[in-house]
Amino acid sequence: MTREALTTASATELSSALKTAEISAVELTKACIDAISAHNGSINAVVTLCEESALAEAKAADLQLRDGTAGPLTGIPLLHKDIFCTQNVATTCASKMLANFIPPYDATVVSRLRAAGTVMLGKTNMDEFAMGSSTETSVFGVTRNPWDLNCVPGGSSGGAAAAVAAGFAPLSTGTDTGGSIRQPASLCGVTGLKPTYGRVSRLGIIAFASSLDQAGPMTRTVEDAALMLQAMSGVDAGDSTSADLDVPDFTAGLNQPIAGLKIGIPKEYFNHNLDQRVAEKIHEALDELVKEGAELIDIDLPHTEQGIATYYIIAPAEASTNLSRYDGVRFGHRCDNPQNLTDLYERSRSEGFGEEVQRRILVGTYALSAGFYDAYFKKAQQVRRLISEDFQKAFERCDVIAGPAAPGTAFPLGAKSDDPLAMYLEDIYTLSVNLAGLPGLSIPAGLIDGMPVGLQLIGRSFDETTLLRVGHRFQLCTNHHRAKPTLAGAKP
Amino acid sequence: MSWEVVMGLEVHLQLATKSKIFSGAANQFGADPNVQACAVDLGMPGMLPVLNSEALRYAVMFGLAIDARLGKRSVFDRKNYFYPDLPKGYQVSQFFEPIVCEGQFDIPMEDGSLFPVRITRAHLEEDAGKSVHDAYTGQTGVDLNRAGTPLLEIVTEPDFRTAAQAVAYLKALHSLAIYLGISDGNMAEGSMRCDINISLRPTGSEAFGTRTEIKNVNSFKFVEKAIAIETERQQDVLESGGTITQETRLYDADKNETRAMRSKEVANDYRYFPEPDLLPIIIDDEYIDAIKGALPELPRIKRSRFMSDYELGQYDAALLVDTPTLANYFEAAAIKSKAPKLTANWILGDLAGALNRENLEIGESPVSAEALAGLIIRIADSTLSSKLAKQVFEGLWQHEGTADAIIETRGLKQVTDTGALEAMVDQVIANHPDQVTQYRAAEESKQKKLVGFFVGQVMKASKGQANPQRLNTLLISKLGES
Amino acid sequence: MPTIPADVLSVAQLARLRIDEAALDDVTDRFGRTLDLVAQLEQIDTEGVIPMSNPHDMQQRLRADEVTESNQREALQKTAPAVADGFFLVPKVLD
Repeated sequence: MTREALTTASATELSSALKTAEISAVELTKACIDAISAHNGSINAVVTLCEESALAEAKAADLQLRDGTAGPLTGIPLLHKDIFCTQNVATTCASKMLANFIPPYDATVVSRLRAAGTVMLGKTNMDEFAMGSSTETSVFGVTRNPWDLNCVPGGSSGGAAAAVAAGFAPLSTGTDTGGSIRQPASLCGVTGLKPTYGRVSRLGIIAFASSLDQAGPMTRTVEDAALMLQAMSGVDAGDSTSADLDVPDFTAGLNQPIAGLKIGIPKEYFNHNLDQRVAEKIHEALDELVKEGAELIDIDLPHTEQGIATYYIIAPAEASTNLSRYDGVRFGHRCDNPQNLTDLYERSRSEGFGEEVQRRILVGTYALSAGFYDAYFKKAQQVRRLISEDFQKAFERCDVIAGPAAPGTAFPLGAKSDDPLAMYLEDIYTLSVNLAGLPGLSIPAGLIDGMPVGLQLIGRSFDETTLLRVGHRFQLCTNHHRAKPTLAGAKP
Repeated sequence: MSWEVVMGLEVHLQLATKSKIFSGAANQFGADPNVQACAVDLGMPGMLPVLNSEALRYAVMFGLAIDARLGKRSVFDRKNYFYPDLPKGYQVSQFFEPIVCEGQFDIPMEDGSLFPVRITRAHLEEDAGKSVHDAYTGQTGVDLNRAGTPLLEIVTEPDFRTAAQAVAYLKALHSLAIYLGISDGNMAEGSMRCDINISLRPTGSEAFGTRTEIKNVNSFKFVEKAIAIETERQQDVLESGGTITQETRLYDADKNETRAMRSKEVANDYRYFPEPDLLPIIIDDEYIDAIKGALPELPRIKRSRFMSDYELGQYDAALLVDTPTLANYFEAAAIKSKAPKLTANWILGDLAGALNRENLEIGESPVSAEALAGLIIRIADSTLSSKLAKQVFEGLWQHEGTADAIIETRGLKQVTDTGALEAMVDQVIANHPDQVTQYRAAEESKQKKLVGFFVGQVMKASKGQANPQRLNTLLISKLGES
Repeated sequence: MPTIPADVLSVAQLARLRIDEAALDDVTDRFGRTLDLVAQLEQIDTEGVIPMSNPHDMQQRLRADEVTESNQREALQKTAPAVADGFFLVPKVLD
């Protein structure tokens, strides 16, 4: 394995090389750290680097690899989005509010991936409290897209997507409340899976919107996503909303053919909101799937447009109360010399939260307040059911739904930061999937002017298996996922 | 103008589970600050709630005990407000769909009647922490040990018109909680706290007046006092032409006054909405039936049984079933003595008085149910007069042995032997000829009074051991002979 | 319904956020535009539709009533802004 392959190969390939002792976990970890040291200065994807502990974990992994107790992820380096609580490692949610927060506990996802033998390299940048689609609202500054440093990586898991694309780690975790895994995966040319709501425990993940949040893998291949999902999934006694269902073997059926599979194409995903060049790429990708024997079927998802309004009531409403705990009393930012209790609350929160977070708290508070609850929150919950039913109806006629993950490719830094509504449109194809709780996968589908486009596949509830099978098939017959950005232009 | 007081009560009952309602932290009173507040209780980032099965079971037990409709689907909601003792900035409660819906609770009153109280609902929620105001200059200390303690909030319709009704309800509720074993009922430690919604209206009026809410009154005595003082205050305001402000007030026991709470000045908008971190609770008939089958004998059932089995009045029966310990004590003593009515009188009279003086609970009584029954048996068979019985009771209290042993050693046997009594009566008549003449000359109505003199003399001679009924009969008959 | 600064201020007070006077018009404008966006929902007929709080039709799991947490005060208060004798401290609270 070449030195370059250490930072470009898939986890599956790296795992084989580790098992045959062609490489060591320490060597691999060092290569990743070197890549971070070389390029993070320009990309700013990693906000906390745990060099020492990562090397210690890599050493332990090498022992396991030698004594034959290694699993498929043993010794594979990974980065966690800074929304996952990591014991004794700063967990900030990219907010001034939590700049000094060091949790004494691991998120379930973190401990499960630790138990699987992965090596934690550090934490990745994100939009503050995961509220954004560009990773521009972070207290650590913007993350840049490795394909073009003048463009955003998408968000909110922009650091995670950029890191995987830039060769910092083969695996990273993300969270997706309205598209925060799939949209940055699309913009950075990586594979990103949002599992079915309830598939992965939310315990220890700093909450944005409880009924929408879901953690998932961001990887270089679908096969890696399957491996990583396997390690992350399963009921957690500590999360009442995690589903008590058997977790299938996600890798077992990956190689099965897709002939005869029905793929639903929602016409609402190809209307005026979509960049026509993206539409072309998506159609080319669909053609590949047809070649493999899949059948395309036109379907309707009539409430797609209203998904945005629905989402921008429900998510802020839940967020507004999830974020009430940041009050300067027990943890997090506290203003200097509070004059009284109200002053403590108002100044700590106004200083600690950024503009977008405050805006969403205001909207959410308003939507829940007396006299507006029925017109806003309850109404949105009703439309949410209609959206969910749209998908159910569609899935009576097809096995997966396909479309774009985002309406365009990566946009220049700052292009939408003054227009929240334009930014909200970024998630038009992804957020309905969260409202319905379904699994969604974004995989690279080619480049437009050197910038990646993502194909989104949406599956039935708890049927990640089919999504992964289709995605893997696509990656078997195309090379889009192997395209890598050239970082030469990046300042070391 | 005469006024009618209208009150509804909200009781917060702490449930006696081992762990918190949504976390595995210990649910115990009195620990050092914040040592029983785990990451979930502190609302730390990323922490999530999981419902304690026992808290749910206790709520269902309560619902069954008051014949309430149970919410087969109930949902937790968030009640949003900022306060330092509320770690998450919201309290997890049940607003839209509670676990216990409408029920009725009949309260035994002193006059022997039953006062029906309509229960609006009872719902599960988490308790908040506590603030310590005096320990630090200019600062308040926050202890979150209590945060997450399971509470059952029991809400009534505005059915109360008097403080006596309110207190009787609270006592009955307390008793029920102890019977069910769902709360330790320790009011001094805040296990049962009461909010009183109170308003006045002109007698005869249908419309409700503006109410105030008196928060967190935590003893029966304070409930009574708070109602009296708030009634007086509202009456003064109304009679001087003022209007009542709808507000939350605090009862200050030291000053015996209520005052508006400053922290509640801003009208709260709690923004209730379904708690997305918890899913709906679904309970089926199987679950309910299993709990129903395991319910202990409830106070109201026991009360009826005591009334029919032991021929007790409603109020005495109600007093005796107050706690399971007392009821068991009574029942053991009554069965042994075969004189239930007398047993009830002794327990509620002399025994209760003695326990009260020494500040003891029935469970700590120096006189066991068996020992008391021994005493009752000797009263019933006329061995002891009530006066002698009190002396024997003294002996029992001092652990001098069984009633019979005390009668023996103290020589307290009542003289019932007719021959011995007759001798004493004859002697007294012979010694007091003037009084005998006076008696015989008196009208029948006055004789009844005059006989008392002779009774006294014989009692004196017998050192109080003469059987009073026999003595009376004997004297009347002897004095009648001329 | 146009949004005015007073609306924003009262919502901000509920949310315990302080809005700079200089930023108030801007905040109001963006807040208002977001409300305009979400107002689209008015057009949708939702008569009889049961509100959906959670994506799945699942029910709450129950936890056994066991004490599983021991005293972790020291670890949990490590990043607390102000503590004394195990208490969290806040400016004097009036009841």
